[in-house]
Amino acid sequence: MKIKIGLAQFNTKLGDNQANLNKHLALIEQAQGQSADLLIFPELSLTGYALQDLASASALRPHQDDPIFEDLLKASKQLDLMVGFVHEDRRHRFYIASAYLSGGKILHIHDKVYLPTYGMFDEGRFFAPGDSVQAFNTRFGRVGMLICEDFWHASSPYLLWLDGADILLFQSASPGRGLNEKPRLSSSEWVEHTNRAYAGMFTNFVAHANRVGYEDGLNFWGGSTIYDPNGDLVVRAPDFEESLTVAEIDLDQLSRTRARLPLLRDERIQFVQRELERILGEK
Amino acid sequence: MNDLTIKTELAEKILTGFIRTELHRVGFKKALLGVSGGIDSALSLYLSAKALGPENVLALRMPYKTSSPDTLEDAQTMIDDLGVQSMTVEITEMVDPLINHYKDMTKLRAGNIMARMRMIVLYDQSVAFNGLVMGTSNKTEILLGYSTVFGDSAAAIQPIGDLYKTQVRQLAKAMGVPETVINKAPSADLWQGQTDEGELGFTYADVDQLLYLLIDQRFSPEACIEKGFEKTFVERVIKLVRQNHYKRVMPPIAKLSQRTVGYDFLYLRDWGT
Repeated sequence: MKIKIGLAQFNTKLGDNQANLNKHLALIEQAQGQSADLLIFPELSLTGYALQDLASASALRPHQDDPIFEDLLKASKQLDLMVGFVHEDRRHRFYIASAYLSGGKILHIHDKVYLPTYGMFDEGRFFAPGDSVQAFNTRFGRVGMLICEDFWHASSPYLLWLDGADILLFQSASPGRGLNEKPRLSSSEWVEHTNRAYAGMFTNFVAHANRVGYEDGLNFWGGSTIYDPNGDLVVRAPDFEESLTVAEIDLDQLSRTRARLPLLRDERIQFVQRELERILGEK
Repeated sequence: MNDLTIKTELAEKILTGFIRTELHRVGFKKALLGVSGGIDSALSLYLSAKALGPENVLALRMPYKTSSPDTLEDAQTMIDDLGVQSMTVEITEMVDPLINHYKDMTKLRAGNIMARMRMIVLYDQSVAFNGLVMGTSNKTEILLGYSTVFGDSAAAIQPIGDLYKTQVRQLAKAMGVPETVINKAPSADLWQGQTDEGELGFTYADVDQLLYLLIDQRFSPEACIEKGFEKTFVERVIKLVRQNHYKRVMPPIAKLSQRTVGYDFLYLRDWGT
């Protein structure tokens, strides 16, 4: 089975869901024109990244009656969507979240589990951490979603892999940093190495949408990618440029790669569990 | 020696994108800056012209009667080279009445008066030209506090503020800034014969190496001394960085209420744009 995945990268208007929704709808239309089956937007694509005190005012409750989600759900009847937004729960906690929309329905919401609160990052000050990662079924097979810092912790994609995800969908708003003599920033290199490693070690597809643009002095470097189960690059979007990049992936590659390299077959979950229990018991 | 080499194409891409985006998002198309003939303002000028188009950039030459004529000529060469708009506003007759008003006027005070007068001229022209004032401070001088607060440090955005002087030289060269500008001794040109390195007592090449370890690589002072830096040099630089921190932050507001600007009223400057 072959499917076409689109990676959208654009600059957002800070704290303005409606303005950013309009950009989503324009990109969705473009992606449809290129027969995309699934379109992935970056982290907090509906709001922008460094929201600080705008977090609560930008928050959405994802359901049919929300005017922002109403338009996105309608669009999801044509192609599947992964969008980023601020999620407000019933108890008024605010999360950095991803929603997967398909056939006019919300299939899954992931609340970001790891909130970087160090150095230039201050997410833990403004947001609540999610506390679960779960794979879910789509018309393309079982999928898992993670947001930026979530996949700087190897345990998150590992759990999704064990939970049956064959396609990992990552979204981020990764600030560019680490200018040196190399042609790309060290942040870009690091993220790309990591994504490639996950694809190869989990024999999975890894699709990553990263935003572009600026917020105050922060730049976002784009360079969205798809890696296949061999760890080979399928496509890379341009660095720093707004773009829609659509590429076809062949899901049958999962079977071919895993016949050659049965890492999933040989994974010993009970052994991991036993060792984790020992480590936790000793602490 | 640490390698402070940067990929200049990448720096140019990020910085021109920064200038363009940060101006356009707040409704401006144009920028202006003071062009002294030195390398920092030269690089800022080349970046601005590249980002916005030369027709949208105004280079202001603001000499004082003692300003070096060579420097003025270098500024003119760059203005002609880029095709940016330009204007010369001599500040002598504006600052001399204040400078001459006090018998005990010092070089430091006079220098600060000139730097702040240039700020006034720039901000006045920013309204007339309908553009934003581009900062020209580099990372070395921001860290050392080698600037006049509310003078040359006043700007809307600081495109080269995360590049050490050593790196400013690399990028300036790559962008075609004239060799004479790159090779001349850095000077605030506030009085004749003044040079940055003479006044600071060390070279930019040396202090950039030390700052890179202390700031970027989070080395302790002891670890820098172990690496071979003189103890007195390390201590002096750390003192400058600490003592001048007030120049890098907004003045603190005394907190009284439940919600106070700067502490728990937190928004990016790009709020809503």
